[in-house]
Order: sequence, then structure tokens, then C-alpha cells
Amino acid sequence: MASIWEYANPRKFMATSAFLLPWTAGIAGVCLVVGLVWGFFFTPDDFRQGSTVKIIYVHVPSAIMAINAWLMMLITSLIWVIRRHHVSALAAKAAAPVGMVFTLIALVTGAIWGQPMWGTWWEWDPRLTSFLILFLFYLGYMALWEAIDNPDSAADLTSVLCLVGSVFAIISRYALVFWNQGLHQGATLSLDREQNIADVFWYPLVITLAGFGFLFVALVLYRTQTEIRARRLKALIAQERMA
Amino acid sequence: MIGLLRRDLTLAIRAGGGFGLSLAFFLIFTTLVPFGVGPETGILSEIAPGVLWLGALLACLLSLDRIFQLDWEDGTLDLMATSPVPLEGLAAMKALAHWITTGLPLVAAAPVLGLLLNLPGPAYPWLVASLALGTPALSAIGTFGAALTVGIKRGGLLLSLLVLPLYVPTLIFGALCVSRATTGQDPLTPLLLVAGITAGSLALLPFAAAAALRVNLR
Amino acid sequence: MNLRVTDLACARGPAQILAGVSFAVAPGQALILRGPNGAGKTTLLRTLAGLTPPLAGTIEAEPDAIAYAAHADGLKSALTVEENLAFWAAVFGTRDPAPAIEAFHLGPLLQRRAGEMSAGQKRRLSLARLLVTGRPVWCLDEPTVSLDTENVARFAAAVTAHLKGGGSAVIATHIDLGLPAAETLDITRFVSKRLRADDPFAEAMA
Repeated sequence: MASIWEYANPRKFMATSAFLLPWTAGIAGVCLVVGLVWGFFFTPDDFRQGSTVKIIYVHVPSAIMAINAWLMMLITSLIWVIRRHHVSALAAKAAAPVGMVFTLIALVTGAIWGQPMWGTWWEWDPRLTSFLILFLFYLGYMALWEAIDNPDSAADLTSVLCLVGSVFAIISRYALVFWNQGLHQGATLSLDREQNIADVFWYPLVITLAGFGFLFVALVLYRTQTEIRARRLKALIAQERMA
Repeated sequence: MIGLLRRDLTLAIRAGGGFGLSLAFFLIFTTLVPFGVGPETGILSEIAPGVLWLGALLACLLSLDRIFQLDWEDGTLDLMATSPVPLEGLAAMKALAHWITTGLPLVAAAPVLGLLLNLPGPAYPWLVASLALGTPALSAIGTFGAALTVGIKRGGLLLSLLVLPLYVPTLIFGALCVSRATTGQDPLTPLLLVAGITAGSLALLPFAAAAALRVNLR
Repeated sequence: MNLRVTDLACARGPAQILAGVSFAVAPGQALILRGPNGAGKTTLLRTLAGLTPPLAGTIEAEPDAIAYAAHADGLKSALTVEENLAFWAAVFGTRDPAPAIEAFHLGPLLQRRAGEMSAGQKRRLSLARLLVTGRPVWCLDEPTVSLDTENVARFAAAVTAHLKGGGSAVIATHIDLGLPAAETLDITRFVSKRLRADDPFAEAMA
């Protein structure tokens, strides 16, 4: 029976991802265009926030993907540590810049949204602050990858950093809530139907969410392919030198 | 392992830079703050808890890259890894030595520097308590960061980039404990949370540091 | 048998350096490793010492049997000779450093700081550490570097005494130490430089 671990083989991964990449990228494009156009031009203004509310279609999905990217790095790091599949480590490496950019988008759109709403570009609110710290974690993680020559050692050390960092990120999150109650509105999305935003905003948001999700998958697949090719190149050069 | 601790303390005293430098940095940092924010005692006493904690944190950060770097360069780390002392024990002892040479003097000096910043009276015991309970966590986290970056030439800057985000919760709870004491709120809860972070860090991070050392030595 | 190595493959970074290394060292026996620079002597010794995990094969030895001495001396220049030895004695469990001081003629230097000594004197101190470890199998990487003839003889005498006491040694060196029960192993025939077999990026891909 085919096991999911087969995809840990670089060649198998390259073949599968080559097939998946156009599809995920295409779906991401369609979802993003439909969701954003619907959200920006065909939804009513909020009675309190006016048209500024529409930034929600970029802000919320990128914030969610920023956290999911870290979660993915955590899981792929664990897979590397436990089963030592190289592709898993490279996928973690590939996801980091993508997650960092999503974090940056969430921060910038948050600032743009916050200015008219709260009258300030930046507020040391727990949610904003925790995204800033998440951004710093991404920076450190990527810097550590870059600093180490031996790719296996780099994968090991960044995995350890990712595990320890995750624990401290969670503690930081609670520390920040304890520290400052904050201005940020409650969660936009909630499983509790009563708490949720109105349906007119909800449907386009779900579509952009799907779009950002597929965009993330496509970018990570693409970057993982690049990393695999880079490793392959490194292997070839090393082989050449030893022959 | 006691031998290791004794050696590290001897080296810190003989080679200089151990006890003195961090303490001097803490003093200079605290002295510079009024030049930056102005000499009004009201403002100073309001920001004193945060400034003292931040100063202690940065002073700790200064000496982190020396924790393993010297032993790495002269080959001692290789020999230690083949000795009966487990690397986990080595990491724990290194953290302890770093705390004794850096954290402990800071705890002792903090009340004096509190006077300079006009820290309100009731906050002093809480300042000492929060630093005494919090700086071991800073040393343990820093030892982990040092173990990650030991193989990297000029890894000091990277070390700061990795370690500072990990310092966030300790700093928040530590400074909050002191500032709550200055305003008459309950300082015990953040103090206990600081103690919790320290306990967790001391229990778990030596294992992470040893894992990182093993990777760097192979 | 103090040490038995079977079909060992060693790696340095992403490359396999040696493959199929097999030998055994009995108590009282010394094995001299020879081979040109870069052949993999250091890699083999680091693998034996447990610092680098082997790619394949087995290393059979008693637990905590191997004492390793590298190129680097591992000395603290701010500590005296006596303190350096006392530190390693404490690390390896309290052993009397007196025989080690005797064997390498360190008595006159005891209160000297390691930082103030010559390279050869440091080397002697570094080798004296081996006696303090009390471990039966010595794995030594170019132990005679910067030693003069007199001290090479002292070192050879120390190894001989170690072998007589039932110990054994694996030594990478280019000079003839004149050890009684020494076998020579030329590792050139084990050299097998290629990408590690567990590197999945070695195979061709699209």
C-alpha cells in the first residue's frame, strides 16, 4: 500500500508537486480574484467602520496563514527530527519566508486599518504585538538556516529552534494578554454562529481564505522544489569535486 | 560537574570580563536612561521597573556568546563530549555558571540602581525577588541560544536575534511584577509566573541545548 | 578485545570519506593509523570517539572505554598546569594526577599557567590528561605534534606503560614510536570518497 512517506523521496515529491503546482496556483488565482472583487466592490459598507472594513479580506486571511505557516514548520520540523526525511526539512525552510511575508502583510494591513479606526498606526495591543514577535521568530529562524553550511546540521538546529520557539511563542501570547488587554476587536471568525460576522461579509471572506490557503500551498510547493534543486546542485558539485 | 562549575567560575575571575563587565554595562545603561528621557523624577520612577529589567536583560545578553565559544575554539568541548559528564549536565552547569557570574551580581546591584532612577520604596523587595527568580531563565535560554550558534563564526549578532524573542515572556512578567508593586497592585501573580518560566526553562532547555551541541560537534 | 570495528563507514559533512573499515585492537596492543593528509584519519578517530555518528558498520567497545585526544589541546590558558589536570581529574572521577605529572615531567611546570607555556609544553599537558581519564582505549590524533625527541620518547614510554597495563591505543601518526606491540593500518585502502549513501539528493531527478 502506498504510504504518505513515499513523498519524502525527492524525486517522487518533484513529480507530484509538478502536477499539483499549476492546479493549486490556478485555484488560488481564481479564488483570490473572485473573493477580493466580490469583497471590495459587491459588499455593503459597515455601518460603523465604513469602507475601511474591506481590508478584512486581506488582513484576516494573511494573519491566519501567518500562524498556519509556523504550524506547518513545526510539524515538518518534527517529521525531520523523528523520521529524518530531507524533503520535510526543506519544506519547513521553504515555508518560513512565505510565512514571514504573510505576517508582514497582516501587520501592515492592520496598521492601515487601525489608523482610521483607533486613530493610531500602531498600538501595543496583544494581537498586534504577538504578530510582531512572530515576525521576529521568522527572522531568527531564517537567519539560522542561512548561517550554517552543512544542510543537515542546519535542518537539525532550526528544528530545535522551531520547537523551543513554538513553546515560547505560546507563552508570549498569554504573557501579552496578561500585560495589556488591548483594543483589537474580537475574533472575526468563530465557530459560534451568533458571534460570527454577517453573511454578506462572510461568503467573500471564505473565498479569499481559500485563495490565501491555496496560494500558500502553491508558494511552499514551488519554493520546496527550488530548495530540492539547490540541494541537488550542491550534491552534483560535491560529487564532481570528489571524482 | 561541580569541577566544571568551579573551573568556569575560576576562569571568569581570572580572565576578567565575567563579573565586572555585565555589571558595568548595567550601571552605564541605567545612567544613560535619564539623559535620554530627562531628569524628572516622576517619569523616572514610573519607567524604573521596565528600565531596570531591560538593563539586566541586555547585560545578560552581552556575555552569552562566551558560554560555549571559548571551549569550542580550544577543543575543550570535543573532549567534554567524550567525557562521562553528559552534555545535558554540561549545559546546565554552563547556565548556572553564567547566572552566578552575570545574573547574581545584577540582582545585587539592582536596588542601588533603583535609587538612581527613583524607584518607589515598596517596589524594592519585588525588584530583587523578580530578578532573582527571573535571571536564571535568562541564563538558561541564553545557554540554549549559545549552543545553537556555537559553530558559527561571529555568531554573536545571530545569537541576539535568536534569543531576544525568547526573552519576551520573562521580561513582561518580571517588569510587570515590579511596576505593579510601585502602583500598589498585586505583584505576586506575575512573580509566580516568572518563577514558572524559570522552572520550565531550567527543566527543559538543557536538553535542547545538549541536542544542539551534539549537532554542532559532529 | 578492547575495541572491534566492523565494516565502518565514516562521513564528514555531506560526504562519505571512508568505507569498509574493519579492525580489532586487543588489550596491550597499539594500532598505528597511516595515510596521506586528508585521507580521513581525523574523521575515523572522531567517529571512534563517538563525536560523529557512523554511516554504517559497528564500533564495539566497553561503554566509556575511549579517551580521545584531538589536534586542539583543550587547555585553558588562564589555568595552571595543576588546575587543568585537576579539572579533568574531576570530570573523569577523582583520580590521582601524580602519575600523569611524573610521566610527562610536568613537575617543574605545575604552577605555570597554560597560556605562558610553549606549544610543546602544552602538548605534554594535553597528553598527560589521557592518564587522568583512566580509560583503556586511547584514540590519539597526531599526538606528537610540536614535541621534541626527548618528549616523544616520554610519550612512547607512557603509551608502552599503558599497553602493559592492559590498555590499548589507536594512534594516527607519521613517526615511528617504537612501540612493542604495534600494528600498522594504512587507511588509504578504505578511502571511498563519494556522497553519503543516505543522501536522497544524490540520485538523478527531474
